[in-house]
Amino acid sequence: MVKEYKTIKTQVALPYEIAYGATWTRFFEGFKERKIYGTKCPQCARILVPARAFCPRCFVDTEDWVEVSQEGSLVSWNYVNYRYFGMPTEPPYVGGLIRLDGTDVGFLHLIGGFGLSDLEEVKKNVKSGMKVRAVWSDERQGNIMDIRYFEPIK
Amino acid sequence: MAGRVAIVEVAQISGGDSKDNYYDQAYLVTKEVLAKAGVTKDEVGAVVSSASDIFHGGISCASAYYNEAVVAFLKNSSRQDGESLFALVYGVMRILSGHYDTVLVAGLCKGSENPPNDTCTGMFGDPFYLRPIGMNETVAASYQMRLYMERYGITEEQCAKVAVKNLHNALRNPYAHRKGRYTVDDILNSGRIIDPLTTLQIAPKSEGFVAMLLASEEKAAKLTGKPVWFKGYGSSLDTFHFGDRDLLQGQLKNAAAKAYRMAGLTDPRREIDLAEISEPYAFQELMWYEDLGFCGEGEGGNLIDSGVTRTDGELPVNPSGGVLANNPYVSRGLQRAVEAFLQIRGEAGERQVAKKVKTALVHGTHGFAGQCHAVAILGSQE
Repeated sequence: MVKEYKTIKTQVALPYEIAYGATWTRFFEGFKERKIYGTKCPQCARILVPARAFCPRCFVDTEDWVEVSQEGSLVSWNYVNYRYFGMPTEPPYVGGLIRLDGTDVGFLHLIGGFGLSDLEEVKKNVKSGMKVRAVWSDERQGNIMDIRYFEPIK
Repeated sequence: MAGRVAIVEVAQISGGDSKDNYYDQAYLVTKEVLAKAGVTKDEVGAVVSSASDIFHGGISCASAYYNEAVVAFLKNSSRQDGESLFALVYGVMRILSGHYDTVLVAGLCKGSENPPNDTCTGMFGDPFYLRPIGMNETVAASYQMRLYMERYGITEEQCAKVAVKNLHNALRNPYAHRKGRYTVDDILNSGRIIDPLTTLQIAPKSEGFVAMLLASEEKAAKLTGKPVWFKGYGSSLDTFHFGDRDLLQGQLKNAAAKAYRMAGLTDPRREIDLAEISEPYAFQELMWYEDLGFCGEGEGGNLIDSGVTRTDGELPVNPSGGVLANNPYVSRGLQRAVEAFLQIRGEAGERQVAKKVKTALVHGTHGFAGQCHAVAILGSQE
C-alpha cells in the first residue's frame, strides 16, 4: 500500500561493546582448541551447554566445567529459505536444535555437509533424531562460528 | 481481589497501513476512547502505556515522544515494554491502590513503519551465540512446530486450518490487516519460507493503536451501564536459554492456572464463552488450546477439526482473526482484550459471535516460542 503522505527512510545504528564475561570467554577459549565445554549444576546435576555461571533452574553457582561430546542427536530442525534485514547467515540453510551426548539441554547451531539448494533433497539428509557431529573451521577465532556446522553421521 | 475494576470503553486503530503518523494516531485513539466514555483528559487519573522504543518504534525514549498524546501530561504515568497485557494489569493495580478512580491504558505499535519482525526479534538473542546463528521468533517457532507435529502426530493440514479459520474470520473485522477466503492447500502453498512454516502461517506486521479506560466500581457505575469486569490475571516467563526449555510444556499452563484461580474458574472449558488468543504462528493456537485446558495434551489438532473453536462453535477462538490477521507486535495482547470487551458487550459488529459471551479469555505472548505468556479473564458478571 502507498501512503497518502510522505515517509522518510531512516536507520538506527548504535555501537555497543558488550562483555563476554568470564563464562562465555572460557567457553569460547575452548572452541579455539576444538573443545565444547558445559558446566554442571551441583544441585540438579544437569550438564548445561553452552556453559553458564549459574543454573537457571536451581539458582546456584555451577562449579564444575566438563568437556562435552561433539556428537549428539537432532531434536528439531528447520530449513530457512527467505531473507530479512540484518540476517547473519546466507540462505538457504538448515538450523538444528541438538542434544549433545551426555548433556541435559539443547544446543543450537547449523546443520550442513550436504547440498542445501533444495528442500526435498535436504529432507533426505535431515531427520529428527539423527546423529550429528561438529565440523570445525581450520582457523578458529574463539566464537560460535568456529563450528561451521554439525554434519549427519552416516 | 480487594476491589473491582471495570473496563468502561475501548478504541482501536489498526490494519496494514495508515496515512497518519505515530504521534497523531496515539492522540486519535485516546481522543476516541475518552469521547466514548464521556471523560475529559483532566478526569483521567493515571496512564499506563505499552510501547517499544527502538525495536518496534524507531523513536526513543520511553513515553517521551507520545506522552501528551495519551493524556499523560502532568499525570502519574509509566510505560511498559514487552507483553502489553502487563500494562492492563498495571492499570488495574493503580485503581486497586485506591488513589485513582480512572486509568487510561494504551498500546501503541505502528508495524508498517518498522523493520521486519524477524529483524527486531533477532535482537532478543545474545550477541555471542544466538544472533550469529540467526535466532529469531520465527526460527524459534519453526523448531517448536516440528517438535509439536512429530511428538503428537499433529498434521500440517491441522496447523494450516488455524490460518484458514482466522483469516476467514478476519473478513468480518474492519480492523484486520490480513484476511481472505483460503483453503488448506492455499495456506500450505503460500511459500515454504522456513519449513515447516509457510508464509500465511506466520503473522504479518501490522498497526495496532488501542486504548481502554479503566474505572473503579463506583466510578464505572457513573460512566457506563455495561461495565466489563477484570476478573483474573496470570503471567509466567520461561528461562532465557532456548535449549533449556521444554518447548512443548511451556509457561502458558502456569499463567492460565493463576488467572483461573483469581477469577474463580474451575472448569475453564465450560465457563469460558470465548477466547481471543495470540497465535503469531498458526500451530501455536493448537498448542495454546491444550495449555489453556480447552482440550487434552496433544489434542489441539482434534479440537480444530471438531469446529468447536469456529465463530459459530461452542468455544469461539479468535473471531477477530487473531494475531495471524493483525499483528501489532507490541500491542497485540491488549488488542485481544479490546476484542474480548467488544464481544462481551455485543458490540463486535459483523464479527459478533452468535452465543452470549459472559466470560472471555484474553492471551498475549512475547519472545521465542512463547517464552512469555499473560492471560486475563474478563466478564460481564459481578
